[in-house]
Amino acid sequence: MRALLWALAAAVLVFRTAAAADVPVEFDDPRDLARYESLLEELRCLVCQNQSLADSHADLAQDMRDEVYRMVNNGEPDAAITDFLVSRYGDFVLYRPPIKPSTWVLWGGPFILLATAAGVIVSLGRRRAREPEPLDETERARLQALMNNDETPPS
Amino acid sequence: MRFALPLGLFILVVALFGVGLTRDPKLVPSPLIGKPAPDFRLNLLATPARELGIDDLRGQVFLLNVWASWCVACGTEHPLLIELAKSGTVEIIGLNYKDERPDALEWLRQRGDPYRMSLHDPAGDFGLDLGVYGVPETFVIDAEGIIRYKHIGPISPDVLKRELLPLVAKLKPAST
Amino acid sequence: MIAELGHFALTMALALAVLQAVFPLIGAQRGDVSWMSMAKPAARAQCVFVVLAFAALAHAFANNDFSLAYVAANSNSALPLAYRLSAIWGAHEGSLLLWVLILALWSAAVTFKSGGLPMAFVSRVIAVMGIISVGFLLFMLFTSNPFLRQIPPPLDGADLNPLLQDPGLIIHPPVLYTGYVGFSVAFSFAVAALLGGHLDSAWARWARPWTILAWVFLTFGIALGSWWAYYELGWGGWWFWDPVENASFMPWLLGTALIHSLAATEKRDVFKNWTILLAISVFALSLLGTFMVRSGVLTSVHAFATDPTRGVFILIFLGVVVGGALALYAWRGPRSLASADFAPTSRESFLLANSVLLSVATATVLLGTLYPLVIDAFGLGKISVGPPYFNAVFVPVMTPLVVLLGLGQFAHWKRDHFDRLLAALKYPLFACVLIAAGTTAMVGAVTGVEAILGLVLAAWIVSTTVRGIVQRCRRRQRPLDALLDLPPNFVGQAVAHLGVAVTIVGITLVSAYGVDKHLRMAPGDAVELAGYEFRFDASRDATGPNYAGTEAQFTVRRNGRQVAILTAQKRHYAVRNATMTEAGIDAGLTRDLYVALGEPLDGGAWSVRVSVKPFVRWLWLGAILMGSGGIIAVCDRRFRRVISRATRGSKDAAATAGAT
Repeated sequence: MRALLWALAAAVLVFRTAAAADVPVEFDDPRDLARYESLLEELRCLVCQNQSLADSHADLAQDMRDEVYRMVNNGEPDAAITDFLVSRYGDFVLYRPPIKPSTWVLWGGPFILLATAAGVIVSLGRRRAREPEPLDETERARLQALMNNDETPPS
Repeated sequence: MRFALPLGLFILVVALFGVGLTRDPKLVPSPLIGKPAPDFRLNLLATPARELGIDDLRGQVFLLNVWASWCVACGTEHPLLIELAKSGTVEIIGLNYKDERPDALEWLRQRGDPYRMSLHDPAGDFGLDLGVYGVPETFVIDAEGIIRYKHIGPISPDVLKRELLPLVAKLKPAST
Repeated sequence: MIAELGHFALTMALALAVLQAVFPLIGAQRGDVSWMSMAKPAARAQCVFVVLAFAALAHAFANNDFSLAYVAANSNSALPLAYRLSAIWGAHEGSLLLWVLILALWSAAVTFKSGGLPMAFVSRVIAVMGIISVGFLLFMLFTSNPFLRQIPPPLDGADLNPLLQDPGLIIHPPVLYTGYVGFSVAFSFAVAALLGGHLDSAWARWARPWTILAWVFLTFGIALGSWWAYYELGWGGWWFWDPVENASFMPWLLGTALIHSLAATEKRDVFKNWTILLAISVFALSLLGTFMVRSGVLTSVHAFATDPTRGVFILIFLGVVVGGALALYAWRGPRSLASADFAPTSRESFLLANSVLLSVATATVLLGTLYPLVIDAFGLGKISVGPPYFNAVFVPVMTPLVVLLGLGQFAHWKRDHFDRLLAALKYPLFACVLIAAGTTAMVGAVTGVEAILGLVLAAWIVSTTVRGIVQRCRRRQRPLDALLDLPPNFVGQAVAHLGVAVTIVGITLVSAYGVDKHLRMAPGDAVELAGYEFRFDASRDATGPNYAGTEAQFTVRRNGRQVAILTAQKRHYAVRNATMTEAGIDAGLTRDLYVALGEPLDGGAWSVRVSVKPFVRWLWLGAILMGSGGIIAVCDRRFRRVISRATRGSKDAAATAGAT
């Protein structure tokens, strides 16, 4: 029973998700604004169930937005900004998982599957091609013509 | 054989889900484990005139407990912290996170103060450097100032007994 | 009292479901007619009792019976009646009852629409559906009973989650579940076929209308969910690649593969094992989705409050039902290998390639959705797989699919010639080149690469579809009469494919050219965006039955002429202490104008988001076309003649397979 109470307290009350003042930001350079907005789309809010920093109303998300804003305004490159957050919160904040050994399967998987699928389709096609239906008269004539052509050496 | 392939894949997925059920997807491990605690300049909660940095805390193992008066779950673990402080096993430093000083002091006055001292981080800057995302959080920091462990959420007696205390005991000899 | 009756009805339904599962199955195996004949009455009676249970819960919600814990947790006396009723499926327990109700309704529908099918086959189908019912009824009675009393009862309820207090959310779950659960019919058909060992084109003809119907519901359900997210959830996003969205998208993708594979199995008696595997897998993904949403293994904006014991139960159930079906497939599948021959260039080949590509797409979504779990299970930390990943990998998978879609829909069955296809594709290819050139001229090759790709793919689908219709009509003496005479099956296919094109146009244009601005606006302020001027006229109080709100009115002008008046609301629901955003939207065929209120700032100003979203309606318009195509196809008379032919069909099948 006690354990259950602890579990409940842990589950319900840990996160402070009070609405934060959602103040619009301004940049001198419109390119910075675009950079800021696209960064927010790619970063995940930690306390929300599954929302980007751009969508989240959580207090912590506002702090993280402020940090991103400050760094964009200082002219720091995107990589420095994401590194800053990753060094504190881990890869979890990135909606685009970094490419490293543990994510090779994730990034390579779809393309390996695609290649395998293409291979299967082609090999099935080949197998079908090897067991052709009996040819009809016109087809046989055409085949004969093709084979005759083949005897002339390639130029 | 290839007709059994889907069954094999399915069993893998079910096994994966089985393991997944034992995990909490909301707990995000800290990348700071095994790394030096970040530096800070913060005033003490009780004596705002005194400013501290990370070097002032070096020299022995301690728990860094992130708390706030607005945090309901902090109340849940508080009696346990008081008990721990009384036992003298390990020192607890508080990090009062995004809180108003009077509220925080009133909170300690009412419930008792388990902390050797509490740092006041009203803007949450040090919290951000520590990767705090849910309050309360508790870090174990060793004598060299390396972060060894992080617990997210209120400490339960079970976590204290099975995780925190053995770790502290293991780190202690090194600090003497 | 009525709640206890509801509880009792559920228990009765469980008992009947056990009868429905056990006796017909054994009867079919032994050839015992009297045991088999229990199938239909048991399924219908089970349905009646589930309907009663559902009615009892509806009664409790309608009459604010807060002594039921579930009602107390999800309703409130101030909640309007329509939302009190939709609150039935507002959380885990009630939505599970809806699941069971829809399953019972599908089962009953099968009993009524299977008149001339072989008795052993129908008995097995109904028995398998009975097994699924047993699992879900047990799950509900043991872990998630909505009829539990709470003593003492609270004075008032905790209210329905305000996110769900919306007309779109009244119909979204029932439609979506009807789709999800509808695939249980195809699943049961597949398992029954494996058990009985008769897998032929007649089987595919029986399974097709049921599968298409389920797919239609799922299509509409997903579209409704996306539409709801667009106007209710946030800032006009319509797809977030959230685990819960993926949970519905995966069965849809694989279901699409299934209906195409079924078509080939029916017409040409090919890919039988593949079709069976797809039928099992689609429903497996439906159950997997249910597990993901209700067990808490993945975090999602839409997940239900979770409880690990529920997760364990569904996982075991999933293992038994799907594992059993796949084991049966491994054991019995290879028996029915014989299939008709077809050439590498033929409609069969294209359909096969398409369903394989759709499976790859499904596997890709599954990989992305489960990967965080894999990483965590191996102790490698926590990662997030979000929209940037899915967008990056999904386009390369879908592009070849669309290319093949164009080819497949007018290649001949059995064998075709590449030269003929190429000649016939002259005009479609020309149309694509034209669109490519036009788009490039307008937006530039580098900056507009996504737009060019999307529009060319859409043009490819449209032009090949039109070419397919022309090809079909030309063979006849009077092409115009032929157009009116096209079989519904063919018309449905064309409409659904045009729907794909329309959706692609919507996705492409709104992603590439949607613009928005997030800014501070006070009454009187104006902002200009994509040629539109948005003026914040005034804000006023807009308090509703169970919320306090503010409404802001915006006038939109273009070149000085008034285009629209938008009202956006911010609501605060006191009982749940939750704030909701109601966007102000002016919908149009070529663009949506969108305004949403953020937070109030000082001096009567608000943080405001204004957006212009070109062609966003086409997303859902395309989905409506796809679904309509499915409905048209189901109306094909061929399916209604199923019965008389089917009895012959099974005998003829071997002969047909040999002859072609």
